[in-house]
Amino acid sequence: MKSIQIPRSPKVLIGFGILLVFIVLTVIGPWVAPYNPSSSAFIPNLKPSWQHWLGTTTLGQDVMSQLLVGCRATMVVGFIAGFVATILSIVVGLAAGYVGGRTDEGLSLLSNVFLAIPGLPLLIVINSYLPSGEQANPLVVGLVIALTGWAWGARVLRAQTMSLRDRDFVEAARIIGESRSRIMFSEIGPNLLPILASSLLFTILYSVGVYTTLAFLGLTNVATWNWGTMLYWAQSNNAALANEWWWVGPPGIAIALVGTSLALINFGIDEFINPRLRAGGLSARRRRQLGVARRPRLGFTPVQRITTYPEISTIPVTSAEGIAQ
Amino acid sequence: MSNVTKGDVLLEAKGLTRHFVVRGDSGLFAKKRTVRAVDDVNLSLRAGHVLAVVGESGSGKSVLARMLSRITAPTGGSLVLNGQEVDLKAPRDKAYASQVQLVLQDPFAAINPVHRIMHCIERALLLHGTTKGDVLAKAHEVLESVSLTPPQQYLDRFPHELSGGQLQRINIARGLSVNPRILLADEPISMLDVSVRLGVLNLLRELCDNRNLAMMYITHDIASARYIADETVVMYAGQIVERARDASIIDAPVHPYTQLLVNSVPDPENLESRHEATAKVGGSTGFNYEGCRFSPRCPDAMDICHSNQPPVTEVAEGHLSRCWLQATSEQRAAVSITAKPIA
Repeated sequence: MKSIQIPRSPKVLIGFGILLVFIVLTVIGPWVAPYNPSSSAFIPNLKPSWQHWLGTTTLGQDVMSQLLVGCRATMVVGFIAGFVATILSIVVGLAAGYVGGRTDEGLSLLSNVFLAIPGLPLLIVINSYLPSGEQANPLVVGLVIALTGWAWGARVLRAQTMSLRDRDFVEAARIIGESRSRIMFSEIGPNLLPILASSLLFTILYSVGVYTTLAFLGLTNVATWNWGTMLYWAQSNNAALANEWWWVGPPGIAIALVGTSLALINFGIDEFINPRLRAGGLSARRRRQLGVARRPRLGFTPVQRITTYPEISTIPVTSAEGIAQ
Repeated sequence: MSNVTKGDVLLEAKGLTRHFVVRGDSGLFAKKRTVRAVDDVNLSLRAGHVLAVVGESGSGKSVLARMLSRITAPTGGSLVLNGQEVDLKAPRDKAYASQVQLVLQDPFAAINPVHRIMHCIERALLLHGTTKGDVLAKAHEVLESVSLTPPQQYLDRFPHELSGGQLQRINIARGLSVNPRILLADEPISMLDVSVRLGVLNLLRELCDNRNLAMMYITHDIASARYIADETVVMYAGQIVERARDASIIDAPVHPYTQLLVNSVPDPENLESRHEATAKVGGSTGFNYEGCRFSPRCPDAMDICHSNQPPVTEVAEGHLSRCWLQATSEQRAAVSITAKPIA
């Protein structure tokens, strides 16, 4: 039984490829970084060269090492915040949408409050109350971002759950006696996957953006390395004015690439999850080359022959002339 | 399961009623209105018998089926399952589900599109006492009983890969996996191609005979009721207006509404009659709750019809009609005309 087929459309493959590079860098970044990112032992303001692939900063630090080391914190915060926020939104959205009534009103109120509070100022406030040691802890920062970023996803999931709640297949599951939680997570849940997945991807992207913003504003511990603190130091040393593009550019481009990869994957989500569209991204020719079988609908509905036919009343046969008249 | 003989009453509805309270069309202080979807319906489902429920859209037949399967709670009346009154206050439990199953109308919507066919059969089996090891064998057995062979070919498929007729068979198979005694089929053929309808009807009749199932067959097509049913009831506006055993309801309908239904089936033998008006069209479409529900549309309506609920009269053995036209003189004498006819 073939269960899951990996989507093969080029958009999705490129997206996964880029994301994979960043995930690998997240894991191995600090080990493969050529120098200590904080060491200012080098000649300042060097352009990219073989010794320093991305040049050096005004402070004489290696940009390449900063980028590689900073990748981990940025990605970890992004993914932790993305997953935690999505889990929160699933629980709140599904419960509000399926159970309805008072539960729905309470949970909707809660998510509306979180939607109405402007996220960034709230984050800044919460962040400033964290002990300075915790400000550098990606786990804590990720959880704080998740706390402010789940409401949008919860609202979307609630709406979709409400539209699925009264579908016939949900009722059919009730008729055979399925439990409420099983209906929520096994019958409705998989139908929410396309929305859930794109919500997850965009929440990750949002979290990367928010984390970078906080760091750029100097609100996290600026002595630790992530792409936001790189931009913070570049800004405070007027790197853009000094035309030091090798300092400003790489963290910006890295963030943009992560965003692009998530967006490209999102294109493929529907195709990946909706069984109807699985071979959808391919041309007929490519499909043949890859050997993706097109399974036609099964043939005719069997009509079982019954032994006793219903009595057919004798229909008087009208002549052709009779009809013509 | 075994000690059921043909003709035993398995499920009985006594005075089953469902009223919906709806807000009026618009406005903050719009009056609340009660819709009597099902009003005081009595019927019994017997082992090995098919009871057909015929009526137009909105006559309450689907609500009736939902109440019998306890998906919708009745606002009045009671259910008797195997001689024991069902506690309608308690939530619907698995024990009830394992006895009474409802097959929904639209096979394309009733099966979860993201799961393989195996999923829905498997869940029904697992929930009702099949062990994990036996599931595959049982699933094969069930699919074979709805003549989908070879079963493995269907179990691995997604719903969108099957045709409507096949999906409806899966839908029926899911109901059967529970091994119920009572099967309620809500318009099982209305969404199907004409060419496969007969196959599904034959299947239902056969299941009913072989398994001694008590079956309720809901339809708006009175001709298919004649084909499959042992007993037919005709519903209008939540009430049973005529009921009869065998085909006599179609061959000799007495209630004007049943006559309307029978006459609206195209008859290839009698092309002359196709323009005959069978009921008042236009005019009032609302239901008359005071008198006979059908009186605003009835071609034979009398004054008494508009003002008084018609009594139930037995016109032949087992053939009942709720109409003033058939009322006995005693029944007529029992009421006096109280209201003026509505214009």
